[in-house]
Amino acid sequence: MSYQKYYVPEDSKYPIYIATALFLLVMGAAGTINDLGKPESNSVYILYSGFAVFAITLYFWFRAVIREHIAGLDSAQLQKSFVFGMGWFIFSEVMFFAAFFGALFYVRNFSVPWLGGDGEKGLANMLWEGFEASWPVMSTPDAGSAFVLADKSMSWPGWGNALKWLPLWNTIVLLSSSVTVHFAHLALKNDNKKSFNTWLGVTVTLALIFVGLQAAEYYEAYAHYGLTLNSGIYGSTFFMLTGFHGFHVMMGGFMLAVMLSRSVFYNHFDPHNHFGFEAASWYWHFVDVVWVMLFLFVYIL
Amino acid sequence: MSAVIESHGHDDHHHGPAKGLTRWLYTTNHKDIGSLYLWFSFAMFLIGGAMAMVIRAELFQPGMQIVEPEFYNQMLTLHGLIMVFGAVMPAFVGLANWLVPMMVGAPDMALPRMNNLSFWILPFAFFILLSSLFMEGGAPNFGWTFYAPLSTTYAPPSVTFFIFAVHIMGASSIMGSINVIVTIMNMRAPGMTLMKMPLFVWSWLITAYLLIAVMPVLAGAVTMMLMDIHFGTSFFNAAGGGDPVLFQHIFWFFGHPEVYIMILPAFGIASHIIETFSRKQLFGYASMVWAMASIAILSFVVWAHHMFTVGLPLAAELFFMWATMLIAVPTGVKVFNWVTTMFKGSISYETPMLFAIAFVVLFTIGGFSGLMLAITPADFQYHDTYFVVAHFHYVLVPGSIFSIMAAVYYWIPKWTGNMYDERLGKLHFWLSFIGVNVTFFPQHWIGLAGMPRRVPDYALQFADWNMISSVGAFLFGASQILFMYIVLKTVMGGKKATPQVWEGSRGLEWTVESPAPYHTFTTPPKVN
Repeated sequence: MSYQKYYVPEDSKYPIYIATALFLLVMGAAGTINDLGKPESNSVYILYSGFAVFAITLYFWFRAVIREHIAGLDSAQLQKSFVFGMGWFIFSEVMFFAAFFGALFYVRNFSVPWLGGDGEKGLANMLWEGFEASWPVMSTPDAGSAFVLADKSMSWPGWGNALKWLPLWNTIVLLSSSVTVHFAHLALKNDNKKSFNTWLGVTVTLALIFVGLQAAEYYEAYAHYGLTLNSGIYGSTFFMLTGFHGFHVMMGGFMLAVMLSRSVFYNHFDPHNHFGFEAASWYWHFVDVVWVMLFLFVYIL
Repeated sequence: MSAVIESHGHDDHHHGPAKGLTRWLYTTNHKDIGSLYLWFSFAMFLIGGAMAMVIRAELFQPGMQIVEPEFYNQMLTLHGLIMVFGAVMPAFVGLANWLVPMMVGAPDMALPRMNNLSFWILPFAFFILLSSLFMEGGAPNFGWTFYAPLSTTYAPPSVTFFIFAVHIMGASSIMGSINVIVTIMNMRAPGMTLMKMPLFVWSWLITAYLLIAVMPVLAGAVTMMLMDIHFGTSFFNAAGGGDPVLFQHIFWFFGHPEVYIMILPAFGIASHIIETFSRKQLFGYASMVWAMASIAILSFVVWAHHMFTVGLPLAAELFFMWATMLIAVPTGVKVFNWVTTMFKGSISYETPMLFAIAFVVLFTIGGFSGLMLAITPADFQYHDTYFVVAHFHYVLVPGSIFSIMAAVYYWIPKWTGNMYDERLGKLHFWLSFIGVNVTFFPQHWIGLAGMPRRVPDYALQFADWNMISSVGAFLFGASQILFMYIVLKTVMGGKKATPQVWEGSRGLEWTVESPAPYHTFTTPPKVN
């Protein structure tokens, strides 16, 4: 077996810049959040500067890795490290969503029914007598001024209104984008760059449409349904789950857009050598699977 | 470290380390990063230890002696957080960095730049955490488990900084773990099959998997806290339909695997050291691997044994009791194997071996008190008493931390090329061993007698044992200064070590010279 040396970079300034950027980001974020409502706070500039250093360093770091790849420094073994690394990163993301899905299952199956007087710990109903458990929780156990109660939930509106229901269109858009990114991959494997660029472009467009629809849904929720983060546990789980998913769609869409520009402007990928694109497409499929779970457990059931 | 630089300054075949401070800032070398992790961890051990001294000084006598109760709570909280996230975890990551590539015959960690990032996040994260001491309202004061609503509704403003510090610590752990897994899965020398891997490597493969599975869950928990505190969500607020107990479920879903994260690498270390100084092959290698895997899998289904008294349904109490007790089986397998390895061995008692034997005995004591706590009806009595404090300190101090010290004595000749001072090492061992037992053993009794944990003052009946416990703690604390002296002395010089260092040592790291060259195994060795 011929052996190619595993490339170990001599030293690198990128990581310490990223660590510094993270420091600025979190100091800025914590300061900004603690100072919410106070007029004279400059923490947000620390946040911005952290973000700027983060983005710029990441750009140069990725550029360095791409250049090393083009220079042939990375062996097949190193590329396999990237494959493993991406896989485990996605697993960590799965577990992040698992925490929020776990919270959703817990409140739906345990704490809300208990507060309503059902089940083994139904004694909890003595806290707010008269609270009736239902999902979505439209009126919170304590209906005091701490909560802004919603008139309407985002759940399945019945067959009659299905076509006017945004989440259904979101599902169609996102599932289609998973198919189009797969078509792009097939085109790349067949060495059809033009078709690859087209399908990838379609995928990025679908990502943008999804984010737009999601924004429209949030607007609807806040402006017309009275459904906000403040509407009790239903609003909490709804916005946190769909919000983090939406954020991941933006990240995944951004990754795919970067891959598209690499392909269009630099002609970077070839049929056997395109892990950058493949990693982004894995991430995209992951985001899609999370949406299917959301559609099922947040919207339909 | 200077010894490492000098001995390789003349070696032109390899790229040596860069000069100056930037070497440490920009390094991608697994040995440099391993040293950074270990020194960082030791610094945190001293800071967290100083906080423990404040706690024990306050508890030296009943009544309020030295600090205000508010400050006592901050010390208690920061002591726990710093020891868990700043001392024990980074120490094991440092050992993994130093040892895993050498043990599997790899040139370095698989993703060297990300490795540097994983480390350098930590000083920033702990700077944020410690700076909260000087913020308005003081540092986090809700215990290291930060239960809601203490950590939400009633928390000081610095909790926001705490939340973000936990976020970046988590990012560091996840990146570090991905690196370890990828190194092990992808960088093993030809011929090193999974079941030929050294046990420390196995223990870290399993630990890294646990870390990637649970650190994101912790991130989820603190994110929900952040939203509850600042953005009006109701995750942990029953008035809005949430549940404070939900916090405990999420926290302990992270927290229980987390306690195995802090002990599995110790199992790997103990296996190597006991094997070496018994001059025998380890008894039951395969069962050791399966035992660790079983412990890891079981760790995901036992979390609610921390919550027996919060009002769980009966079925849950029974399930979590039995599942927890099941863990005693694979743990028993491991203890049996260590003892059987020593049986009829030609044992010699160098410092690492002393620490390893103390680890086996004292960790087993901690394991047994864990079994007592696992019994639901009995736990109703023990819950939140000093018995719990004694239990988890027995598994963490003479468990995890003794194993880290054993590892330092065992591998330091490989790291520095110098032997440590055996006489001082043994002195350090005996002082620590006596100190740790005098500190924590009496806490079993005061706990069973009913002294609650996390209090700055206590009833008069607990006075004697508390004073003895404090004396033990001061002894243990002071003897760690000796440890620092021994390590520094070894780094500066000492008797030169041979490549094999120990008579009975086996494994790839003992085939390279001592100190290990800056780059080992640029071409992989052959493993039979």
